[in-house]
Amino acid sequence: MQFAASILFWGHSGHQDSKMASVVPVKDKKLLEVKLGELPNWILMRDFSPSGILGAFRRGYYRYYNKYINVKKGRISGITMVLTCYVLFNYSISYKHLKHERLRKYH
Amino acid sequence: MNENLFTPFSTPTILNQPATIPIILFPTLLILTPKHPINNRLTTIQQNLTRFTLKQMMMTHNAKGQTWSLMLTSLITFTATTNLLGLMPYSFTPTTQLSMNLAMAIPLWAGTVIVGLRFKTKNSLAHLLPQGTPTPLIPMLVAIETISLLIQPVALAVRLTANITAGHLLMHLIGNTVLALSTTNLSMALLASTLLVLLTILEIAVALIQAYVFTLLISLYLHNNT
Repeated sequence: MQFAASILFWGHSGHQDSKMASVVPVKDKKLLEVKLGELPNWILMRDFSPSGILGAFRRGYYRYYNKYINVKKGRISGITMVLTCYVLFNYSISYKHLKHERLRKYH
Repeated sequence: MNENLFTPFSTPTILNQPATIPIILFPTLLILTPKHPINNRLTTIQQNLTRFTLKQMMMTHNAKGQTWSLMLTSLITFTATTNLLGLMPYSFTPTTQLSMNLAMAIPLWAGTVIVGLRFKTKNSLAHLLPQGTPTPLIPMLVAIETISLLIQPVALAVRLTANITAGHLLMHLIGNTVLALSTTNLSMALLASTLLVLLTILEIAVALIQAYVFTLLISLYLHNNT
């Protein structure tokens, strides 16, 4: 019964905006819901202003914070993951200098 | 060998752009702000540590000196976290750069001197002459005390730079020694690796102590001048 009603509803909305590829506008979808063909459009429509980028960093920070640190029994892995990423980040930055310190010339 | 000994102290670059600002700002991600009366574990630990250091540092000051408490607490937090993060492998420590330590030391020292000269002119000028000096010695002693006053910011900055840089260099050298010796003479390599372990423990202590000393001296200069 509900299935039939949803099909009817889908048919109606498809009839109204038949020119659009999907029902929800592309801009508002999350990344995992974007279809592959719409990916370039989605990337270009993101907010690249300074406040937008700052907002992205804030969201990312709070996502990590609320998942690993802001819990009742936060373990030390919440911090060690951050520190490991810091070490890997610095390694990738200084790879150019570290290339010359390899033990063997040809691997 | 000579070139790659000092490359950890060169400016970190991302695609040839200097990336020092994100690295200097990284410790702010690790310092959490308490929002509720009872917070999560990490925030509580940091909050307790901050309260402990604040109380220790600001006990000796009067009300006027205690207006500096935010500045001094943030100074010791920044220096301690930056020094400790510098002990991670491959990381860049901003406090190894003399430019940055001078930029921290000179304004703070100048602030203490100016506060002293403005509000308690006689007292702060009287600090230039120790008590009970014989009269013929007075001109020379005033000159010497002025020089020792003017050298304070330079001493603060150079002390921090030299300690952290020397520690990092020593760890690099001994680490290279252990690595090179591990192929030829294994027992010496084990000896050197115990040295490395001890040195790492020392470095952790030095990181914390240097932060403490820096802040303590500034608070001392402040105490003399308020």
